[in-house]
Amino acid sequence: MSNRKGTTSVGRKILMALSGLFLIVFLLQHCTINFLSVVAPDTFNEVSQFMGTNPLIQYALQPVLAFGVFFHLIMGIYLERKNRNARPIKYAMDKPATNSSWMSRNMIITGIMVMLFLAVHFYDFWLPELNTKFLKGDMSGLNAAGEYRYMEEMAHKFSNAGRVILYVLSFIFLSLHLLHGFQSAFQSVGFNHNKYTPTIKRLGNLYAIVVPAVFIFIALFHYFNQHA
Amino acid sequence: MNLKLKIWRQKDAEDKGKMVAYNVTDISEHMSFLEMLDVLNEQLVNSGEEPVAFDHDCREGICGMCSLYINGEAHGPDRGVTTCQLHMRMFNDGDTIFIEPFRAKAFPVIKDLVVDRSAFDRIQQSGGYISVNTSGNTQDANAIPIPKADADEAMDAATCIGCGACVATCKNSSAMLFVGAKVSQYALLPQGKVEAKDRVMNMVNQMDKEGFGNCTNTGACEVECPKGISLTNIARMNREYFSASVTED
Repeated sequence: MSNRKGTTSVGRKILMALSGLFLIVFLLQHCTINFLSVVAPDTFNEVSQFMGTNPLIQYALQPVLAFGVFFHLIMGIYLERKNRNARPIKYAMDKPATNSSWMSRNMIITGIMVMLFLAVHFYDFWLPELNTKFLKGDMSGLNAAGEYRYMEEMAHKFSNAGRVILYVLSFIFLSLHLLHGFQSAFQSVGFNHNKYTPTIKRLGNLYAIVVPAVFIFIALFHYFNQHA
Repeated sequence: MNLKLKIWRQKDAEDKGKMVAYNVTDISEHMSFLEMLDVLNEQLVNSGEEPVAFDHDCREGICGMCSLYINGEAHGPDRGVTTCQLHMRMFNDGDTIFIEPFRAKAFPVIKDLVVDRSAFDRIQQSGGYISVNTSGNTQDANAIPIPKADADEAMDAATCIGCGACVATCKNSSAMLFVGAKVSQYALLPQGKVEAKDRVMNMVNQMDKEGFGNCTNTGACEVECPKGISLTNIARMNREYFSASVTED
C-alpha cells in the first residue's frame, strides 16, 4: 500500500465526485433562493441579507464553497490531461457515439464553459458584494433610499439582453454537465445498485433539467419584467 | 463479397507505423472476421508480401487475444462478441473496413495489430489471487456456504477474459472495468475477504503505474465488453478502495 489514497486514480475520482455532489447541493439552495426573487421579492431580500451577513455562511461555508469550485476545476483539468496522455496515438476511425453519450465524453468542455460563466458571474455579483461588504464595510444591505438593494441589483443585471443570453447559454452547458455528472458522482463513490441506480439516474436527469431551467426562467423573467 | 481494408501496419515496436489499403476478394458472409484476415494473408503471402500480424488463439470467444479495433469499435460493430465471433455478414459488399490495434499507452503495439497486454498480467500479479496452501489437504470449496446471488455475481465478474476491449474503447484508456471485475470476483466470496484490503489497494496502484487513464463513467466499456461485465464491478472496486483506505493501518 505504497501510494497515498487521494493520489491514485480511484482516490481522485472519489474526491472529484464528492466535490461535485457538494456543488450539486449548493446549486439547489442557490436556485431555491433565486427563485424567491420571482415569487416573493421581499423574502428574497431578507434571505440575501441573511446569507450575505451570517458569519457561519460568510466565513466558514463560503471559503469551503470557493475551495470546492476551485478543486473541482483544477482536478477536472488535471484528470483530462492525464487521460489524454493515456492514449498518445489516436484511432484513425473511432465511433464513440455508438457506446456512450456526448455528455459523458465532453464533461471537460461543458465544465470549462460553466467555469468561464462563473468568472462572469463572480464579476457580476460576487466581487461587487465583497467590495461593498468587506472593502467599503457596508453590511447593511440597504440602498440610498434605505431599502434592501439585492432585488433591484439583480433585476438591473438582467435588464441587459446580452447578459441574459450569456446566462441562458451557460445554463444549457450546466444542464449538459449535470446530465452525466449527477449519476456519475454516485457511481464514483461506489453507489451502484440494481434497485436504486435507475431512480438515481431519473432523479439526476430531473435535477439536470429542472435546476438550470429555473435559473433560465429567473433570468428571462427579470428581463421581460423590465422590458414589457 | 469484395472489401477494401485499411489496416495498421507497423514493422516492430519502434516503427512509426501507418494505415495501408488492401483489397480482399471472394469473402463469404459466413466467415469470421479472423478468417477474412486469413484469406487476406494468403493473398499477401502468394504475392510475396509480408502478412498482417494479428493475435488469435482459441477462435471460440474465450481467449481474448484478438485485440482489433474495427471500424471505430473494439471487436467491431457486433455486441457481446470477440473478433473471432464477428461474422462478415455484419458488413456489406464494397465496404471499406478500418482495422487498427487496441490503442493505449499501457498497450504498446508490438507489430501490426498485435499489442502487448502484459500490463494486465502485472495488475493480476499484484493482487488478483487468493493465497491458499495446495499441500494436498486443501479444504473443499463447498464446505463454506456462499449465498447463490453472491456466487452468481462473483462468477459473472470472473467471466472477464482480460481482452482489453474496455481499455481500447474507453476515451481515457481506463482499465477500471478489468480491475473492477478482478477485485469483485474475490470481494464477493468469503475466501477473498482475507486479502481484500491489500488486493484492491495494490491492484489500483499497479493499474496507475501502468499508465492507464481514469474512469469518467462514460459506460463505453460495459457496452463493448464481449462478456457483458457490468459497471457495478467498478462501483464495487470504488467501495472496496474507499473502505480499505479509511480502515487500513
